Amino acid sequence: MSTATVNQILGTGVVIEAIQSMTGAESIAPDHMGRGRMPATGYVPQAAARMDASLQREVETLLFRQAAMLDAKAWGDWIDLFADDGVYWMPSTPDQTDWMAEPSIFAEDKLLMEVRMGRLNHPNAWSQAAAWGTNHLVGNVIVESASADQLEVYARFQMMELRRDVVRHFGGSYRHTLVRQGGAWKIRLQRVDMTNAQALFDYVIQAWV
Amino acid sequence: MPSLALDHLVQPDRVHRSVYTDQDLFDLEMEHIFETIWVYCGHESQVPKAGDYHTLQIGRQPMVMVRDKEGAVHVLYNRCPHRGVQLCGNQSGNTGHGFVCSYHAWSFHLNGQIRAIPLMNAYDGTKLSADNPDCSMKRAARVDNYRGFVFASLSPTGPSLSEFLGEAKVAFDDMCDRSPAGEVEAVRVCHRVMQRSNWKFFMENQLDALHPSVTHQSTGVPARRVEQRVKSEKGSAPLFFHYLSTFASSFDQWDQVQTVNFPHGHGILKAYMGLRPTDPDTVEYEALLKKAYGEQKAEEYLSRSIHHVLVYPYLSVQSPLQQLRCLRPIAPDQTLSEIWHFRLKGAPEAIYRRSLWYFNLVNSPATMINADDLENWTKGQKGLESKGGEWVSFHRHYGTDTERDGVLYSTKGTSEVVMRNQFRAWREYMAPALAQARPGIPPMQAAAAPQAASDAAGSTNALAATATTGA
Repeated sequence: MSTATVNQILGTGVVIEAIQSMTGAESIAPDHMGRGRMPATGYVPQAAARMDASLQREVETLLFRQAAMLDAKAWGDWIDLFADDGVYWMPSTPDQTDWMAEPSIFAEDKLLMEVRMGRLNHPNAWSQAAAWGTNHLVGNVIVESASADQLEVYARFQMMELRRDVVRHFGGSYRHTLVRQGGAWKIRLQRVDMTNAQALFDYVIQAWV
Repeated sequence: MPSLALDHLVQPDRVHRSVYTDQDLFDLEMEHIFETIWVYCGHESQVPKAGDYHTLQIGRQPMVMVRDKEGAVHVLYNRCPHRGVQLCGNQSGNTGHGFVCSYHAWSFHLNGQIRAIPLMNAYDGTKLSADNPDCSMKRAARVDNYRGFVFASLSPTGPSLSEFLGEAKVAFDDMCDRSPAGEVEAVRVCHRVMQRSNWKFFMENQLDALHPSVTHQSTGVPARRVEQRVKSEKGSAPLFFHYLSTFASSFDQWDQVQTVNFPHGHGILKAYMGLRPTDPDTVEYEALLKKAYGEQKAEEYLSRSIHHVLVYPYLSVQSPLQQLRCLRPIAPDQTLSEIWHFRLKGAPEAIYRRSLWYFNLVNSPATMINADDLENWTKGQKGLESKGGEWVSFHRHYGTDTERDGVLYSTKGTSEVVMRNQFRAWREYMAPALAQARPGIPPMQAAAAPQAASDAAGSTNALAATATTGA
C-alpha cells in the first residue's frame, strides 16, 4: 500500500460528539436485570463521647504490646493479656455475630489457647521447624465506648509473615472488649475481622494474628 | 523423561515418583480421570434461589453450577460462546434472570440457552444464527444428584453416578441419615487452602493411620494434657479436646482402626473417636432420630462406624461430623482444597455446634492439625521431584491383604493397603491412556527398566488379578 493511499484512508474520520440519550449498552434489551452484588459489610466505629488522652494512650500501649508479643512469639505473655473468660475470635465473614454458631478461622477460649501454645512450643511441631516470623503494625485506634470497668476499642492491623522464603500479607480490624481486673485492662473478647478471611490460603496460619 | 509405561510406574508394592511429579501424566489424569468421571460440584443448598450460582473447576475446565427459574440445577462451562470471556467472575453469587457477558452483552438464560445477541442483524448471512447451538453456553455432558449433592461428568458415556460412587454412597447416606429430616444443608462458608503437593498426597494421607501419632503429636499431646486437667477438675471435658487428643494415640491403637478399601479407589477409615456421648443434647437428638426412623433404623444410623469416607480421587467426607473436603488439582505440585460444613436439618443446634468445633480446630485455615500435614506434603513433593530415589514404598503389610467381593482389607489399621487400593483404581483409569503411544511419551512396550520388571513380575500379576476381580 502506498503512502498516498494510507494518507487518503487516514484523511477522513468521525468525532463522537456527545453522550446520546442511551448508551450502546442501554439500547440492548434485556440486559439490565438484577445481578446480586456482595453486600457492603464494612464496620464504621463509633467514638466515645469524651476521651481522656491518657486512657487513649494506655489502650494504644496495650494493643501495641500485644502485637509485639506475637512478633516475639511470647505466647504465654500474650495469653495472659486475656481475662479468665477471654475469647479470641476470628470469624470467617464480617457479618457473623456468635463465636460458637458459624465456622470461624479461630474460635478459642483460654484452654484452647493453651493447647495451641503447647503445640507451637512442642519439640516435634514439624511445621514449626521452618524459620518464620511476623511483623504487626497496629493503628487507627479508636475507643468506641468507655466506662470505669469496660472499654470497647477498634483498631486496624497490617501483618507481614515470612516463612522460609515466602512472604504473605494479612490485614484487617481488631475489636477488643477490655475489662478492668486487678488494676489492669484484660481482654474479654478480641474479635479479628481479617480482610483475607475468605480468600485463598496458600498454606495455613499457625499462630494468632 | 521417565518411562510412562503403566507396569513400570505402578507396581503392586511401590510406585514410581513420576506419578506425583510428571506434567504429561498430570495432563493425562486430567483428561482421562477428572474430565471423565463424576466430579462433585456442590450441594444444591448452595444455590437455593433462581439465579444463584457457584463456580468450580472440573479438571482444567471452569464451570458454573446454577439454579434456573423452574428449580433445576445446571452445570455449564463458564465461558461466553462469542469470544470466550467468563460469564461469572466470582466464586458465588446471584446472576439475576440470566447471564450477561461483560464484553459485548450477549445474554443467556439460566439453563445456558442463548437469550439475546445484540445487533443480531450484523450476523445475517453468516454461520452464526440464534438457532445455532454454538451460540449457547456449553453444558456438562451429564449432571446428577445424590441426596442433594450435585455431580457432573464431562463425558457423555461411562458409569452412572450411582455406579461411580458404588459403596462410597454411604458417605452421603451417613451424613443425611443423621438428620431427622434425612437432609443436610451446606453452611455458606467455604475455606480454600492451597496444597503445594500432588493430589495423591492428600488422598493417601486421609486413610493413613500410621501418620497421626507422629505428625500430630504436637497437638495431640497438649490437648490430652488440658483434657485430663479439665476432667479432673470438672468431672468431664468438652468433646473437642478428645477430637485433638486422639490424634496422638499409640501405634497399637491405630492398628485397631480398620480401613475398608472399595473398588474405584474409594475407601473408609472406620470410627475411632467414640462420638456418642450421653449428655442431654445427645439424648434429645437421638430421640428425634428414633421418632423419625424407628428404634432399629435410628440405631443403625447412629452406630455406623465411619471416621471418614473417600470418594477417589478427590473427595473426603467426614459424615459423622458433616465435613467435606474436595480437591481441585491445579498442577502436579499444586492442589486446591475446598472445605465445607453442613447442618443436619431438624437436629438440635447443640449437635451442629459440637461438630463445628471439629471443623474449626481441624479444618479451618488456622487448623492445629493440617498445618503439619501440609508441611509433610510440601516436603514430600520436593523430595519426589529429586533424583534421590525413584520409588515410593507401599510395602507395609504387603502380601497379607485379603479381598472379598472386590473389597480389600487388612487386619492392621496402619497397613498401606490403602495406597495399594488407590493405585489399583489409578491403573484402571490410566491404562487406556498409557496404552496409546503419544508424542513425547514412550509406548508401553518400551517399558519397564529390566530390574523393575524382574523384581516385581510375580506381584504385578497378582495386582492385575485383583484389579480384574474388583472391576
